[in-house]
Amino acid sequence: MAQVEKRVPGTERIQTVEMRGITKRFPGVLANDKVDFDVRAGEVHALLGENGAGKSTLMKILYGMYAPDEGEILINDTHVEIHSPTDAIQYGIGMIHQHFMLVETLTVTENVALGLPSSRGLLTDLDAVSKRIRELAQVYGLQVDPNAYIWQLAVGQRQRVEIIKALYRGADLLILDEPTAVLTPQEVDEFFATIRQMVAEGHAIIFISHKLHEVLAISQRVTVLRDGKRVASRETAGCTKADLARMMVGREIRVMPEKPPAQVGDVMLELRQVQAQSDLGTAGLKGVSLQVYAGEILGLAGVSGNGQRELAQVVCGLRPITSGRVLLKNEDVTGMLPGELTKRMLAYIPEERMKDAMIQQFTVCENIILRDHNKPPYAQRGFLRHNIIGEYTDKLIQYFKVKTPSRDTQARHLSGGNIQKVVLARELSRQPRVLVAAQPTRGLDIGATEYVHNRLIEERQKGTAILLISEDLDEILALSDRIAVIYEGKIMGVVNRQEATAEQLGLLMAGVKEELTPA
Amino acid sequence: MIEDLFSTTVLVGILASGIRLATPYLYAAIGETFGQRSGVLNLGVDGQMLLGAFAAFYVALTYQNLWLGILAAIIVGGLMGLAMAYVTVNLQAQQGISGIGFYLFGLGMSDLLFQKLLGTVETVRGFPSLYIPFLSDIPFLGDIFFRQNILVYLAYLLVPLAWFVMNKTTLGLKIRAVGENPEAADSLGVSVARVRYFSIILGGMLSGVAGASMSIALLNVFQQNMTSGLGFIAVALVYFGGWRPGGVLLGALLFSMVNALQLWIQVKGIQIPSDFAVMMPYVLTILVLVLAVQRVRPPSALTKPFERES
Ligand SMILES: Nc1ncnc2c1ncn2[C@@H]1O[C@H](COP(=O)(O)OP(=O)(O)OP(=O)(O)O)[C@@H](O)[C@H]1O
Ligand SMILES: [Mg+2]
Repeated sequence: MAQVEKRVPGTERIQTVEMRGITKRFPGVLANDKVDFDVRAGEVHALLGENGAGKSTLMKILYGMYAPDEGEILINDTHVEIHSPTDAIQYGIGMIHQHFMLVETLTVTENVALGLPSSRGLLTDLDAVSKRIRELAQVYGLQVDPNAYIWQLAVGQRQRVEIIKALYRGADLLILDEPTAVLTPQEVDEFFATIRQMVAEGHAIIFISHKLHEVLAISQRVTVLRDGKRVASRETAGCTKADLARMMVGREIRVMPEKPPAQVGDVMLELRQVQAQSDLGTAGLKGVSLQVYAGEILGLAGVSGNGQRELAQVVCGLRPITSGRVLLKNEDVTGMLPGELTKRMLAYIPEERMKDAMIQQFTVCENIILRDHNKPPYAQRGFLRHNIIGEYTDKLIQYFKVKTPSRDTQARHLSGGNIQKVVLARELSRQPRVLVAAQPTRGLDIGATEYVHNRLIEERQKGTAILLISEDLDEILALSDRIAVIYEGKIMGVVNRQEATAEQLGLLMAGVKEELTPA
Repeated sequence: MIEDLFSTTVLVGILASGIRLATPYLYAAIGETFGQRSGVLNLGVDGQMLLGAFAAFYVALTYQNLWLGILAAIIVGGLMGLAMAYVTVNLQAQQGISGIGFYLFGLGMSDLLFQKLLGTVETVRGFPSLYIPFLSDIPFLGDIFFRQNILVYLAYLLVPLAWFVMNKTTLGLKIRAVGENPEAADSLGVSVARVRYFSIILGGMLSGVAGASMSIALLNVFQQNMTSGLGFIAVALVYFGGWRPGGVLLGALLFSMVNALQLWIQVKGIQIPSDFAVMMPYVLTILVLVLAVQRVRPPSALTKPFERES
């Protein structure tokens, strides 16, 4: 089997890793400001902070992707220089990125073997590698088919491949950047079992998450960053959610928003027996019927991959319908293009915001007017009016509290949470009558989540019909007036919020149907 | 006249020359496959071929040694590849445009050298036909397959070899990964630059040999622009072949068979205007590309320069 030669000074394995006084500047941003951070073998150290606090940056420095402007790194009390991921790997550091680093057209085994010396010299030793993958999978509960291609795998499985990749390279320290953001609750449980196993075997883990209950459940220590500075570092035992939230945001956070009673109006959005294909060409939606009324939030609950994505795309004109009808305020809009739907005041906050909601190389300004770039006041006789666009953008940046060096910063340089705020600003400022929000708070810190929740409720008060698609059951329960559950492309049932319980919804999400009082 | 077309001798003749004519396409397109699988589109193939063709011809003529000619073509093609690699990998130039630049350079330079060093069209005694014992005596098949020159045989051997390198070696794995997702490969310590350099230089060397196969094995002359765009067809064949050596072989054969037929029609003076005959392979390329394009996805990072953030 291929093994990476380790250059850890002193001992064989990583006992401690220490980052001292790390400072990193980007144009216009101080991403890390003299941060101290350390992690030991056999513990999970959680890293908390709002969007843009500098968590990913700090970890990328440890993994050799960014060079720090100041500060030093010590492994087992010896100073080390980490200039590239290769160096990091050789020291026994592995990182699982917020955005996966997998080659989709290669198999699991090929992805793991990539870049490693082979026991057969110039030839690949894929059989040996896949045997070792099975062993690792066995020990750590990371079930995945070594011969599957990455493009065939669901998100949760891809993540297992990333972990296997790191373990295979003999990683003693694993950096996990928001690993649970894309997992279903069941997958999170399995994932935590894997982490506990790794810790028991003497691995060190750095765990980044915005979900405070996860941090409390899995970590022994927690460090909080705010605006690039370390503001706290302590034992997790004895901390409460409220403590953590206060340290992160510097103020009290109401975890669940307050909601005035709904003022329900007419049907604004209606789906009648809609069928559509999934990306793989299989049946994605198998006859979905739904109604969303003005002034209500209809929550669509379900385990990921049961047709939520297809449903959102169908409503927004991004996916063809094979049969059935879609109506916007009693008008048949089946088969209309997104542009025509935009004119009818439909707004969409897509799940894959990096890909579907933004043009990464465009500035914040340009992204803000993406939908209305050809209309006055932003354009006149075919020319963009930059002053007006700029002022408008500044207003939204302020109103939506987007953290960006300037309105002319490219979207790809913003942190995940702030990208989401830009999308939100664009879509909500258009005064929509129907809003489709898919996973609107995924990857957002608690402050931003609270903010988005409040904005959605505000929209509801204005009489907007909101279809909220979320895999986070707590979010669904907190915001919805009615809850629909989707399973394998079919609606299992629709219940009023007051009558819904988490247990009952959980059963429906798993495809178990009981007698329900229709709402 | 028309019945002539279908007599067995004629058919054997057309098939044999079809097999032979595929040679330069195979070298050039297999080389280009490596480059494209690593994410670099090299449109300078034709220029590399022309310089390779001239280098091989000149060295073979001067030193009366054909293998020395091949070596010269490999070196010249490799140097062209090195330059292309520097421009696209280090300077991150737009690949299509710089490829065209290299094509024009090769076209002009080969002609200049030809004028200065030779001046007139001369001929060499190219690689002779190599009869494979026993096999060459099989009726029909022997004539078609086993009475070719050594460069033809090597071209066909290159196909399984390229497949093997691409799919069974660690190097091939790296090439495929770098062409699909250079960020991922980089994060695992694979040097994107080194892999691309290797692939482009290898492509250049094979293009050089492709040129040599024309000037000292098939035609045994050197003329200005003797490839007449063959290198561009080779690039098209890579798309047609779905970036797989086997597919490239299929495309090269299809193309060269039509070419052989077309040549024969011209020789026979059959009643089709010769311009139409000459057009046939090119029209076919366009048709086939239009039909083939949906089938396979190109490497995701094709034509995209890679730069690590810092
Ligand atoms: N490559 C870059 N160029 C310019 N600015 C950057 C770059 N990477 C990050 N930043 C900025 O540095 C700050 C810290 O970003 P970082 O990605 O570390 O935040 P984070 O804590 O991981 O946030 P999130 O929870 O949203 O992922 C942000 O303001 C971001 O805009
Ligand atoms: Mg981050």
